[in-house]
Amino acid sequence: MNSENLLEIEDLHVSVDGRGILHGLNLTLKPGETHVIFGPNGSGKTTLLMSIMGFPRYKVTQGRILFKGQDVTALPVDGRARLGIGISFQRPPVVRGVKTHDMVAACFRDKRPYEQKGAEVTQLAERANLLGFLERDINHGFSGGEIKRSEMLQLLAQNPDLALLDEPESGVDLENIALIGQLINELLDETHPACQQAHSGLIITHTGHILDYVNARTGYVLCAGMIMCEGDPRDILNSIKEKGYQECVACLKK
Amino acid sequence: MSEEVKEKSDKARAAAAKSAPFGNDINLAQYETCPPEIPVQIAPSEIRHQDRRKMLATGIMLDDPSQRSGTFVQFDNRPLHTSVAQEGIEVMATSQALAKYGWLGDYFWKAVAVDADKYTAHVELNNADGYFIRALPGAKTLFPLQACIYLSRARLIQDVHNIIIAEEGSELHIITGCATAGNEPGLHLGISEFYIKKGAKVTFSMIHSWSPEIEVRPRTGAIIEQDGLFLSNYVLMRPVQSIQLNPSAHCVGENATVRFNSVMVATPGSKIDAGSKAFLNAEGTRTEMIARAISTGGEIVSRGYIEGNVANCKGHLECRGLILGEAGFIHAIPELKGAKAGVDLSHEAAVGKIAEEEVEYLMARGLTRDEATATIIRGFLKVDIEGLPPMLNEELKKAVQASEQDIF
Repeated sequence: MNSENLLEIEDLHVSVDGRGILHGLNLTLKPGETHVIFGPNGSGKTTLLMSIMGFPRYKVTQGRILFKGQDVTALPVDGRARLGIGISFQRPPVVRGVKTHDMVAACFRDKRPYEQKGAEVTQLAERANLLGFLERDINHGFSGGEIKRSEMLQLLAQNPDLALLDEPESGVDLENIALIGQLINELLDETHPACQQAHSGLIITHTGHILDYVNARTGYVLCAGMIMCEGDPRDILNSIKEKGYQECVACLKK
Repeated sequence: MSEEVKEKSDKARAAAAKSAPFGNDINLAQYETCPPEIPVQIAPSEIRHQDRRKMLATGIMLDDPSQRSGTFVQFDNRPLHTSVAQEGIEVMATSQALAKYGWLGDYFWKAVAVDADKYTAHVELNNADGYFIRALPGAKTLFPLQACIYLSRARLIQDVHNIIIAEEGSELHIITGCATAGNEPGLHLGISEFYIKKGAKVTFSMIHSWSPEIEVRPRTGAIIEQDGLFLSNYVLMRPVQSIQLNPSAHCVGENATVRFNSVMVATPGSKIDAGSKAFLNAEGTRTEMIARAISTGGEIVSRGYIEGNVANCKGHLECRGLILGEAGFIHAIPELKGAKAGVDLSHEAAVGKIAEEEVEYLMARGLTRDEATATIIRGFLKVDIEGLPPMLNEELKKAVQASEQDIF
């Protein structure tokens, strides 16, 4: 394995509820790089992100996942989070009685007492335009855009080395896309003094809108649980816009 | 003896062996019945330190009365201390109030039926003492009043009869703590009758801290007049042998409102049967009942009953239960009765384990499984009570948190 890689996925096979979804996927990502994943519905994009994060429902049946050179394939979710992987949920659950500020404070990876985090929580919430949500139960009655911003807010507090973002722009109105894009940039930029290493991202996108804000280096097309194309994300996006995913399906048949 | 008084004791005698519809039946003969003792007045500092500490766990602060508008303490069947620090507010032993006010007899057994069961009958036949709290018209407590009912003698039947009157336009905030000294068996019977007059507001926060040998049968009734508000909060986090309560509120005046909130934890061996009933008998009356129940191995029956007898009344009942232990159960019984078109009654009940999805959500932020579980349980028990003064809300939270640390 190449120790320069932040994330290295080797021949990954994953099944969900007994059904095979990923069939031998390989992917490497260096520190500071952001990659974008395209693909039709049901191609396994979300499964890939959930598997990297380590949710138990996503069973690795073959292959392995290396993060910072360490084999994390058998490591539980919380262990991976503490190692520096973070994820934004598409449809996060409501947790009654747990306030947004409790969640954000819990995301900080250090063990400072809550009082010392309060100011930082407020400051981050201000940036995510969620000041009015800190006292609300997390995700309770949040709109689509508010959920996205709240997920970004939590990730900013967690400050992971690798951020897994599942369609950060879906269900978000135009005005908020700019804000989400800005938050993602903050998350992936080297603006965080706490961490010397550059931040990396793996982003699922349907529309590609997020490419207007995020400087992604590589794009992939995921089809039927395998990576079919790899290249410049804008080229891939243009090709998909022109020809749809048929070309990928055709690729598959070759 | 007046006709009316005689009639009440006759009824009580007739009900002396009457079982309650819910809860395990208690053989009163296995406990000691002792007549009430004449109230005394001692300084709170004379109460033993260890007893005061137990009281503190139920929100009763005897060492620093500056945050309380008045105090009442009863040990077993004897009122020990009464004080009040505000004009327009009255706090005294029920027996003293009866001697002072000839009219008080009219309030006896109006909100609770004297012949409801053998427990109400016992309280009547034993001439129970208790506390009398009254706010004169327009008077409002600046700080909460506190009332402590303490059971210290082994095998005793503690009989308590409380009368709470909020006169027109007044406001009463009461914290009541019930606790026990040791681990001896005992039976607590407590009648509380609330009379909430036009435009008055009463918040009543009851924190129970018993022990595994104690049986508890509170009987509570409230009559709420026009624009009146009754907010009743109940916290039971500690072990108990058995407890059965089902307070009822009658909203008899237009726009009268009652809210019941309860937080209950049944530890292994505890049997809890707790509910609340609301009768919406006038235009614009409303009720909301919220119960949170956790079994760590004990049994909980969580009841709720809303009866809408007029059009344009509204009620909602919510019961959520979490089962964390291997043994035990939670049985939610929400009931709605609409007797007129135009009632708006609803309920939701859910019983289950902690949602794995929620645990994983928190774990994805770096919390361990145990930390995530504890955070979710703390959130589950955190009921922000609408309409409760922030200071009282804080105190209730503190009481819940203090017990949480021991249990989870």
